[in-house]
Order: sequence, then structure tokens, then C-alpha cells
Amino acid sequence: MSAKNSVSRRPRSDAWVAVAFLAPSAIPMLLFVFVPMFGALLVSASSWNLIGDFEFIGIDNYIKLLTSEKTLLVFGNSFYYVAGYLPTVFLIGLLFALALNTKVKGRFAFRAAFFLPVVTSWIAVSIVWRWLLNPSNGVVNTILESVGIDGPGWWTDPVWAMPAIIIASSWKDIGFVTIILLAGLQNINQDHIEAAMLDGANWFKRLFSVVLPMLSPSIFFVFVISMINGIQVFDQVYAMTGGGPGDSTRVVMQQIYDLSFRYGKAGEAAALSWLLFIVIMLVTAFQNYGQRKWVHYAD
Amino acid sequence: MRIKRLALFIVLLVSALAMLFPFYWSFLTSVTPGASVGKAPNWLPEALDFSAYAQLFEQLDFWRIIGNSVFIAALTTVFQISTGSLAAYAFSRLTFRFKNTIFLVYLATLMIPFQVLIVPLFIELRFLGLINTYWAVLLPTIASAFGIFLMRQAMNQIPLQLDEAARIDGAGHLRIFSSVLMPNMGPAIATFAVFSFMGSWNSFLWPLVVLRSAEMQTLPVALARLQGQYTTAWDVLMAGSVVSIIPMLIIYIFAQRYVVQGIANSGIK
Repeated sequence: MSAKNSVSRRPRSDAWVAVAFLAPSAIPMLLFVFVPMFGALLVSASSWNLIGDFEFIGIDNYIKLLTSEKTLLVFGNSFYYVAGYLPTVFLIGLLFALALNTKVKGRFAFRAAFFLPVVTSWIAVSIVWRWLLNPSNGVVNTILESVGIDGPGWWTDPVWAMPAIIIASSWKDIGFVTIILLAGLQNINQDHIEAAMLDGANWFKRLFSVVLPMLSPSIFFVFVISMINGIQVFDQVYAMTGGGPGDSTRVVMQQIYDLSFRYGKAGEAAALSWLLFIVIMLVTAFQNYGQRKWVHYAD
Repeated sequence: MRIKRLALFIVLLVSALAMLFPFYWSFLTSVTPGASVGKAPNWLPEALDFSAYAQLFEQLDFWRIIGNSVFIAALTTVFQISTGSLAAYAFSRLTFRFKNTIFLVYLATLMIPFQVLIVPLFIELRFLGLINTYWAVLLPTIASAFGIFLMRQAMNQIPLQLDEAARIDGAGHLRIFSSVLMPNMGPAIATFAVFSFMGSWNSFLWPLVVLRSAEMQTLPVALARLQGQYTTAWDVLMAGSVVSIIPMLIIYIFAQRYVVQGIANSGIK
């Protein structure tokens, strides 16, 4: 009895217990997130090349990056990737989610099939798609040829290399988007849809005036996540084209990787990663601001 | 109505086959003799030839590479579940100052892209002399803010009466944590374990940066290297991809419910 009373009556503080329970996560976070986070600022203000002396040069790296055409090119390529990838995964994912949100036979098996590519690694996916999109003997070009179309050079052609990466990436991520949107659809209150049906609204009308507005929080989530991941695209670019041919698929992360681990320009690479971070923050803030105009949260 | 449903079924079936086709085609290529010179396989296999797999395991010490990947992914999962559930206990069950602030700081780390950290983190681990060791891959991922958040949510669902009852029986914090709360967190731990393992198994950039020598590399890094060596030996490359996909495929088949539920929940605020 007395034990119970002492627990509920006295406002207790478990500070030391908390320290013990938090230390295993807090110490690694401090050492491997916060220390490098500020380390990056320090390195970005230096001309360090990973071996020589550490010399401060202030904001010179940033000025160099902001006035270089290469920076514009790599950010342009990253945004080109997002511009192709995001609409593709969203539209196909939405169609799949709408189709699966019915009583159609085998919907659980279909869902599993669409999702399967999500659990594979980007490197395996890239290698597989390099083969599927191989200019000679690749199955895609073979199929195109059989219907009389002369397939492009895909990842060997500066014009088609980025579309090739976008196709492979979309294939891997469509299942992820499908699951998110499907969960959103299943959360919609059926009363609203039935009300619209009673008003005589056809399928398209219901989709655009009821379903999509009510799905907008999930759509917003998909946009934000895809945008953040898309701007940081790396693995599939590294494995499919390495940034080539020429610089046609050189994205920001490929440039950061090459600057630091190929040319040893740690200072410039750290500055570019901070620029990337700032751009991601700006884009996310912008999306967050814009959501008020189109995202409707249910009460 | 019935015709509409049939049409929908057929559209879905065709889409699913198209989505699965790349898996089929990679397996097919890996067992087709002659694919090593870039010859495309027939749509149906004439014969199953596993020599590409033999080549993979003979020439590349692939067992060692699979071992590296399993070892790193398993340890990462154990670490993240341990640190995550311990932290979750503090946030869910203990009273202390700055609890909410500290929790927010943990969550804020989710916003920091790993890319910003990569150069200084490399410098830091080189300073510690850990480049080209398993520790270089393991240390930065010991704690996962996402995992802590997930475990805290799950722990908040467990009624406080259970703790009280155990406390009356004389149990301390560690006992309550390990024999009252943890046994009730099965689904949350399973969900997070799958994500944690999958994340580590598929991760590429960081292992690429810190694992320099061939015998230390994980599967994705070794695959990328394989691609550099065997540019057009598509049967060997496909065999490597198939080998890297199969373990995740098996885990996915058994844990589908947890994976799908975990992702579905993340989309609903």
C-alpha cells in the first residue's frame, strides 16, 4: 500500500535513471551526428584536401561554388531527376492505389508484387536496369524494335541517360507510393463518397472533388518525401552512369562524392553539402508553406 | 459491374507482371549460357546453367561478402533495437527535466541529411583509426531517431498499470523494462527490425566510403565493384544481383504485414 502511495503522491524525478537509459543513444548521436554536423561547417571554411595543413579561407569555397557553372549544372540535373521521377511515381502509384482500393480479386497479391522492388537495393536495381535498357540486346529495345521503333542508346546517350535513371528509380519506388496512398484512401470516410454518389457525381467527378482533396495529406507526404530523396539521389546514378556520359547525369551528390573522395577537395565538398542541405530546407519550407492552399486535414 | 471488375483485374494482372518482369529477366539471364557475351536470353529458359553463380563464388570470395553484409545488418539491427527501446523507456516512463526538449532534439536529427555529415564523418573515423573496419559502418548507425520514435509510440500504448503492479512486486526500472514492457512490444520491434535490417543491407554510400579493401565490402559495394570488372558479363552481374535480392525477398515474404503496415502508418499523420 505504502509503496503505491509514494509513487503517485510525490512528484519524482528520475534524472539519473534517465541518463542511464538515454546514454546508449545520446552518446553516438552526439559523436556521429552533431560533431560532424558542425565539423562540416568548419571544414567548409577551409581549403583542406584531407592530407595537408588545415587552412582557413572563410567563405571562399561558397563563393567559388556559387559562381561556378558546374554548381548550376549539378543542381539542374538533380532537379531534372526530381521533375521526371516525382510525377511518374505519383501518377502510377495513385492509379495502382485506386485500383487496389476496391474489392478486386487478388488485391493482396498485387500489392505484394508492386511493393517487391522497394525491398531491393539501389545497386542491384541499377545493374538490372542497365541490362534491361542495354542499347544492344537489351530487352526494352528488343521489344521496341519488334514494333518498329528504333530504341535509343539509354544510359550510353547523353540525352537518354537521365530518363533511363528515372525509369529505373520509378520502378523501384512506385510500390512505396502505392502503399502510402492506399493507406490514405482506406482512411477516407466512405460517407462523403456515398453522399457524392447520391448527388449523381460520376467517377471522375468523385475523384477530383471528393477523393483527391481528402487524400491530400497523404499526397503531401509523398511529395515531401520524394522531393527530399530525389534531390539527394546518388546510388542509382553512381551505379548506372557514374554521372556521365559527359556530365549529363552529374547530380549534386555525385559531385560531392567525387570532390571529396576522388579529388580530395574536402573543403569544397563540405561547402557543397551545406548548400545542398540549405536547398533541401528551402524546398521543404516552400512545400510546407504551399500546403495550406491545397492540403485539407480532416477534422 | 462484373465486366468492370474483370477489366480492372486484367489491368492489375498485366501491371503486376510488368512490375515483376525485371526479376524474372535477371534470373533468366543469370542461368542462360552465353549471356556473358551480351546475348539476350529466350523468353523461356532452354536449360538452367548455374555456372555464372559458380564463377561469382569462386572468383570473388562471395561468401565472405555475404557474411560481411549479414554480420553488419544483424548487429545494426540489434544495436538500434537496444538503444531505441532503452531511450523509449526514458521518454515514455520516466520523469525528468527537459524531457520534451531532448526528445525534439532526437527528432530533429531526422531532418539532417546524411550527405551533410559524410565528409566530416569520414575525417572523424579516420582520426579514430577505424577506416576499413566494421566499426566504421556500425558506429554512426548505432542509434536511430526513427526507431526511438517508433518504440516510444509503441511503449505509450502499454498501460501504466502493468508497471505499477510490477513495482509493487519490488521490480526496479530495469526489470520493468525488460520483463514487463519489452515482451509486450513484439509487433513494433518486428516492424522496426525489418526496416533496420533492410536499411543496413541495402545501404551503399557510407560502406562504399569507409570499406576500402575487397574482403571487407558489403554486397551493394561489391556489386558496384563487380560491375566495374565484368562490364558486359551480364550472366555474372545478374547472378550477383539475384544473390543480393534473395535474402530481402525471403524476409519480405515472412514479414510483409509488418513492412506494409509500417510504411502505411508513416503516411498517416
